[in-house]
Amino acid sequence: MSSSDNTHPLVKWIDERLPVFTFLNHELRDYPTPRNLNYWWSFGSIAGIVLVIMILTGVMLAMQYTAHVDYAFDSVERIMRDVNYGWLLRYLHVNGGSMFFIVIYIHLFRGLYFGSYKSPREILWGLGVIIFLLMMATAFMGYVLPWGQMSFWGATVITNLFSAIPLVGDSIVSWLWGGYSIDNPTLQRFYALHYLFPFLIFAVVFLHLVALHVSKSNNPLGIEAEGPQDSIPFHPYYTAKDFFGFGVFFLVFMGFVFYAPDFFGEPDNYIPANPLATPPHIVPEWYFLPFYAILRAVPDIEVFGYILITAKLAGVILMFGSILILFFLPWLDFSKVRSARFRPIFKQFFWIFFVDCLVLGWVGANPPEGFFVVLGRIGTAFYFAYFIIIIPLIAYFEKPRPLPESISAAVLGGKKGEDS
Amino acid sequence: MRGSLTLVLTLTCGLMAGLSLLAAPAAAAEMPEIESRSWSFDGIFGHFDRAAQQRGYQVYNEVCSGCHGLRLLTYRNLAALGYGEDDIKAFAAEYEVTDGPDDEGEMYQREALPSDHFVSPFANTQAARAANNGALPPDLSLMVKARKNGANYLYALLTGYGDAPDGGELPDGLYYNAAFPGHQIAMSAPLDDDAVEYTDGTPATVDQMASDVTTFLAWAASPEMEERKRLGLKVMLFLLVLTALLAAVKRKVWSRLH
Amino acid sequence: MTAKAQDTGAAGDDETRRDFLLLTTGVVGAAGAALSAWPFIDSMNPAADVLALSTTEVDLSPVEAGQSITVVWRGKPVFIRHRSEQEITAARAVDLSTLRDPVPDEDREIKPQWLVVVGICPHLGCIPLGQKPGQPRGEWGGWFCPCHGSQFDTSGRIRKGPSPTNLVVPPYQFTEDTSIRIG
Repeated sequence: MSSSDNTHPLVKWIDERLPVFTFLNHELRDYPTPRNLNYWWSFGSIAGIVLVIMILTGVMLAMQYTAHVDYAFDSVERIMRDVNYGWLLRYLHVNGGSMFFIVIYIHLFRGLYFGSYKSPREILWGLGVIIFLLMMATAFMGYVLPWGQMSFWGATVITNLFSAIPLVGDSIVSWLWGGYSIDNPTLQRFYALHYLFPFLIFAVVFLHLVALHVSKSNNPLGIEAEGPQDSIPFHPYYTAKDFFGFGVFFLVFMGFVFYAPDFFGEPDNYIPANPLATPPHIVPEWYFLPFYAILRAVPDIEVFGYILITAKLAGVILMFGSILILFFLPWLDFSKVRSARFRPIFKQFFWIFFVDCLVLGWVGANPPEGFFVVLGRIGTAFYFAYFIIIIPLIAYFEKPRPLPESISAAVLGGKKGEDS
Repeated sequence: MRGSLTLVLTLTCGLMAGLSLLAAPAAAAEMPEIESRSWSFDGIFGHFDRAAQQRGYQVYNEVCSGCHGLRLLTYRNLAALGYGEDDIKAFAAEYEVTDGPDDEGEMYQREALPSDHFVSPFANTQAARAANNGALPPDLSLMVKARKNGANYLYALLTGYGDAPDGGELPDGLYYNAAFPGHQIAMSAPLDDDAVEYTDGTPATVDQMASDVTTFLAWAASPEMEERKRLGLKVMLFLLVLTALLAAVKRKVWSRLH
Repeated sequence: MTAKAQDTGAAGDDETRRDFLLLTTGVVGAAGAALSAWPFIDSMNPAADVLALSTTEVDLSPVEAGQSITVVWRGKPVFIRHRSEQEITAARAVDLSTLRDPVPDEDREIKPQWLVVVGICPHLGCIPLGQKPGQPRGEWGGWFCPCHGSQFDTSGRIRKGPSPTNLVVPPYQFTEDTSIRIG
């Protein structure tokens, strides 16, 4: 069905001058989608919904928030206590942040499992990693705004990372701070950037979608759709499926907002920031924990008793490296087969990698002492080994199972119902 | 060869998981065990027990407020406890706030109004420390949210005073408390039996007062809780219906393909 | 929605049932979306702390006859004038039919000697002059708006100039003989 069927004269008049209806029709209705996508594929559109909710609640909160060290904490409490439905907007925003990361992590691991990063989707994947980086920056700066103890000390610890850079590190840190410590200038610039970044994310999401609609969706079988029998129009099939996914997602999301709004938070952030007293145990938000573990994993690297790279610098390099390495994944995994369903060995290592990420998160939540230091190092070593050594080795040695002839053959030929 | 590689890594992974189980109790040992009690504000239908809130406010007023502020609350907020406008005006009028400048440019003292924030006992942290041997009595507005397991912790703290179990001497100005991390707290036991005389005749035991003031402070930290849970119920019911409908639509639409 | 109905499906009976289901779901979903817009809109309404400051108490005892004071109520100036006998007489002697916004002086105050009006010109929101001695009060001895020349009498009524209405009398009441609560 194309837009020309839509005969309302006004629609037609507009469409001839600005083809928005043709565009929407093409990308959201007719858009051919593999017929076998499972519910793991719903998390992309769920992430889109969460981004919209974050921007909407964020704009409303910005109207009430005061970005000043003397007023920030109290202005957040004023939102919670005095602003009409302020508590709802703030809890939506706070829990929305955690939900965003849950959804994105599922989306990311889905891509890893089904090989969605492989040719011709390298740029699609790379744009996704950029979105992930922007999200991390946005979340980090947003967490500083309530100006509680964790806000302040989290910001102190993370910005101090940059002092590890040789020669210019200290200058960079005081540039980031706009002073000699985290203070009012820092809070104000974080607020400005926290407001800006979601719109950058929005722009990159748009590019992500453009790239998606060029190369089309991957699918659980990891083989390309060949003809019309392999694909179905996005609407009504995947709109119906995604909307049901939204319903389930909102049940979970609202469950947290209304009944456990502080579940993901740290109690310490309800204590106003005090630059003279560090809380006994600083932890970042849960979604940063694996990276926090990697940051703390390495010791000083010594050669003949000289410190070649300090633990601090090595930690920073590894932490950023752990994300940047995702950009290279499409070339590290040169196996032609995408889906783990047909890659028995890859599948096992994928799950070990998944557990490794959970373990790293657990290490990140605990103080770097004794057993956790060892575990953190093993976990970090495996994390990098997985990408740099294991994946290329598997690609080289593994003998994949035979691929089905086509999507329709696999779906209709006796495997009915797998997609629903 | 491929098989052995898998085996090694699977074993490593299993070992990690095993070790992690061993390590869990060690990490948990730092914090004193806090007993869970049941509160009127627990659960999805939770609400604040009004009578307990009012008694708790009385305990706060007569015992805690000498050292601890409640700066994020305003006197008008007390309407949520069931007090009328005149009561609230009377509560507020017991305090003085600085206002001004007047037409001569001078600041002046006036009686607090319902719209004013609770007056803190000390002008600033330095004054608070100076009056308390260097210890800072924290503001209680968010105390229940600012501690892990806040309500249970607060109750355990208020009822956790006693002699050090090993008979050891504590440094001057510190008291033994079973619930406080490190067990040495600078606040002396604030509650004794009959420290207040409840206007509703409830016997003022330490347990009763600790429970009441905890309820009051739980409200002070989350005054939106009742509204939140009420609205939440409607939202969840609505979403259940909508999700069921969406599931039905999805089945109908997809049935054409099978 | 219409697209689905047009799709060739199973029997007509089934088709109707699906249309009904779609319609119900659409209505429920749209209602939910509309309702969830309310917290966003309502958050921009005056908050509880703003509403709590919406009354102002004023002690009138230091204000001598013939004097005026300005107090702040809801962020706006309120003019309170202790009117002299001549001013009251002048305000009450006016022929109502000559007024643009005819209101008898008696209806504009609770006690004749105390006139309480919001000090904002109803024309375009400027603050009229006339509160301080030496400021122009216009031909009728009330207030004079410097922006566009509106003139008000000793009852705060518009007598000349572009203002369409009189100065607004805010809601107030006497809590004691010489103190009022505005709002």
